[in-house]
Amino acid sequence: MVDDVFTPGIKAGRLEEGAYAAQFSDLHPPLDHHEALVAADRCYFCHDAPCITACPTDIDIPLFIRQIATGTPDAAAKTILGQNIMGGMCARVCPTEQLCEQSCVREVAEGKPVLIGQLQRYATDHLQQQGIHPFTRADATGKTVAVVGAGPAGLSCAHRLAMLGHDVVVYDARPKAGGLNEFGIAAYKTPNGFAQDEVDWLLKIGGICIETGKALGEGLTLDALKAKFDAVFLAIGLGGVNALGAQGEDKDGVTDAVDFIAELRQSSDLTALPIGRDVVVIGGGMTAIDAAVQAKLLGALNVTLVYRRGRDRMNASPFEQDLAASKGVRIVTHAVPVAVHGNGAVREIEFEYVDGAMKGTGEMLRLPADQVFKAIGQTLQGDGLPDLEGRKIAVTGAGRTSVKGVWAGGDCASGGDDLTVTAVAEGRDAAMDIHAALTA
Amino acid sequence: MADLTSEFVGIKSPNPFWLASAPPTDKEYNVRRAFDAGWGGVVWKTLGMEGPPVVNVNGPRYGAIWGADRRLLGLNNIELITDRPLEVNLREMKAVKRDYPDRALIASIMVPCEEEAWKAILPHVEETGADGIELNFGCPHGMAERGMGSAVGQVPEYIEMVTRWCKMYTRMPVIVKLTPNITNVLYPAEAAKRGGADAVSLINTINSITSVDLDNFAPEPMIDGKGTHGGYCGPAVKPIALNMVAEIARNPATADLPISGIGGVTTWRDAAEFLALGAGNVQVCTAVMTYGFKIVQEMISGLSEYMDSKDMTSVDQLVRKAVPNVTDWNQLNLNYVAKARIDQDACISCGRCFAACEDTSHQAIAMSEDRTFTVIDEECVACNLCVNVCPVEDCISMVPMEAGTTDPRTGKVVDPAYANWTTHPNNPSATAAE
Repeated sequence: MVDDVFTPGIKAGRLEEGAYAAQFSDLHPPLDHHEALVAADRCYFCHDAPCITACPTDIDIPLFIRQIATGTPDAAAKTILGQNIMGGMCARVCPTEQLCEQSCVREVAEGKPVLIGQLQRYATDHLQQQGIHPFTRADATGKTVAVVGAGPAGLSCAHRLAMLGHDVVVYDARPKAGGLNEFGIAAYKTPNGFAQDEVDWLLKIGGICIETGKALGEGLTLDALKAKFDAVFLAIGLGGVNALGAQGEDKDGVTDAVDFIAELRQSSDLTALPIGRDVVVIGGGMTAIDAAVQAKLLGALNVTLVYRRGRDRMNASPFEQDLAASKGVRIVTHAVPVAVHGNGAVREIEFEYVDGAMKGTGEMLRLPADQVFKAIGQTLQGDGLPDLEGRKIAVTGAGRTSVKGVWAGGDCASGGDDLTVTAVAEGRDAAMDIHAALTA
Repeated sequence: MADLTSEFVGIKSPNPFWLASAPPTDKEYNVRRAFDAGWGGVVWKTLGMEGPPVVNVNGPRYGAIWGADRRLLGLNNIELITDRPLEVNLREMKAVKRDYPDRALIASIMVPCEEEAWKAILPHVEETGADGIELNFGCPHGMAERGMGSAVGQVPEYIEMVTRWCKMYTRMPVIVKLTPNITNVLYPAEAAKRGGADAVSLINTINSITSVDLDNFAPEPMIDGKGTHGGYCGPAVKPIALNMVAEIARNPATADLPISGIGGVTTWRDAAEFLALGAGNVQVCTAVMTYGFKIVQEMISGLSEYMDSKDMTSVDQLVRKAVPNVTDWNQLNLNYVAKARIDQDACISCGRCFAACEDTSHQAIAMSEDRTFTVIDEECVACNLCVNVCPVEDCISMVPMEAGTTDPRTGKVVDPAYANWTTHPNNPSATAAE
């Protein structure tokens, strides 16, 4: 085994065969029944609770926790899912430590918030594992809506529209629905096929048709969609990946972190998934952390995450940073890549340290690297889109774009903070606005 | 360290903590272990008359209610008196008393309401060397259906009669255990005194159904689909017990009647409260049934530390200490005015005080945009609800207003003089203040 860890290059099977399951098991094991009751009992049922305000989907958190505490977790799940149809995934991936749990009065008072995320998972799992879909469709309106992108924003919008009686077709470029939930999130956050289970469960509402392998520019045009449907919701995410701008970044072994994460998520046999011995991840967001941690879990000997600013400026939460550190990821800050060295394949990557104003200090750092993952941000792709604001689709109100009859939400739309939960909220709110427009 | 030695109706024990007559004191094995753990005394599980012993149900005997993390708050039981033969209990009592001469050993007794029955059993008990007897007039289930237990305790004349028989036929001190399942505890207490009781002990358990099985539609504990009321005890009943103890302690006719306090005693603090309200010692059951005999160590150290902090050197100095301050409502000072004050440094902004006051009380708490909660003195009647619902200890307090200042709620100047309802102008039967 030691040989496998030290073997240079990008190599599969660095760990013993039985080790992978444990490495990629649930980051937070689910609360059992008694743990949930004890955790629920800690909620003070605050008046006008700050946690609700902090939740992008405005879930009535004290109410659902009280429903758990009184032995009705399915009622709790309905409270959650009525606001956030992907409450199950959000319970797993939300940075709760920066949202609801950060504002929990017990966090403020004791540094120990009520375990809102884990309680939400307890409730939603309880309902969904029984296969119960608690929502039904309103009478058919005869209206049709196209949703482009089957990620959190698109599916949230589609579900709400279907519930309101509209017929929805959801298009996605990938072979499966789910978007980043399926392709872009670390495996240990959503193990055991939860993302697909959640999609399947969501679709039980009926009235939603998923068409994969189709995207704007790949068989679809906005004009054609507008002509065919009564409304269009764009939830196309950010398909492009930013370049490093460093010399030699085209060498073998330098790839996009999102592709690595997607490949890992779709892998049915992690022992066959190759990983470098010396892995360098460049970036400071959740994608960088997910890639770095998973590289380490796959058996990379050294994993270094390099970010151009200080830790306080990282998009990844302190919890995520600490998680990476606890898994053995080294975090280097205030360094920008200047050159990728190697003969065909990367052997080393060279950084220059920068000061707070991003000005080079002249001090250099060379890290051995046989694999480099770029995670320095994604960009909107596509032609013929509605007007942009900066590098995203400009929206006003509940996702209205510059084009009549076209709404947008999720990562591709302006505003918001590129979180799953924000995407769900935007999809839901756009659906309500579309419904209002279609039934006016 | 304070001296915890206790003497109750002439019965000495190394501390005032006795185990109440109940399942923990049903046999020699338990009682020896209890004494080894440090309990000062034991009231042996109630003895019945000679002959075939009673039988218990073979299903659940206990029901419960719980607080957070399944903390047991209240327990009820449908167990009867000892279901072991009288001679076995007597033999074991004698052996235990012989080996633990410094501990109090009391025999709880329940036999039919006939003079001959009591006359017959008392010499046998006396022969064990027991220090006293406790008459079980409290057990509210099972035995009451047979005319014993609380069926006796609910009829003051019977209490007086049986107590008198016992005083006639034994030299041992007689403690009368009272049921709370009555309207006014003073009637049975006074009856016990008239009968010559050396002391009363209270409370026995309260008629109760702890919960209902909502699948089978039957009360808990459920025996083959049916349930019956049981006797309720544990922390939940303490307030009821404290009040009954205090009523007897401050009633002129019974003020000199020693009281053994029972009902939800779980910690040293509970014990100290019973003592302050007039109990000469306390009896414990549910707490040991929940945590085992070892808790007496905390009770001993806690009471001792408390007494040291108050410069008390003997338990007697604590007994009845709070009795003079228990009064009737009509004696409360209506000129006393307080206002709630919220400590903003301690406040965690949960808003429970606001919800409680706004929805259910006097709309006397204001909430700002940034979740700062402040008291509106113009509306605050000092009801204390905000204090009670606040999850942070000492965050909200009731601050008395200085005499001479004006209460913004009533516009009246706070009067330094004491005045109660009996002299209040709104009282139709007020008498002029002297």
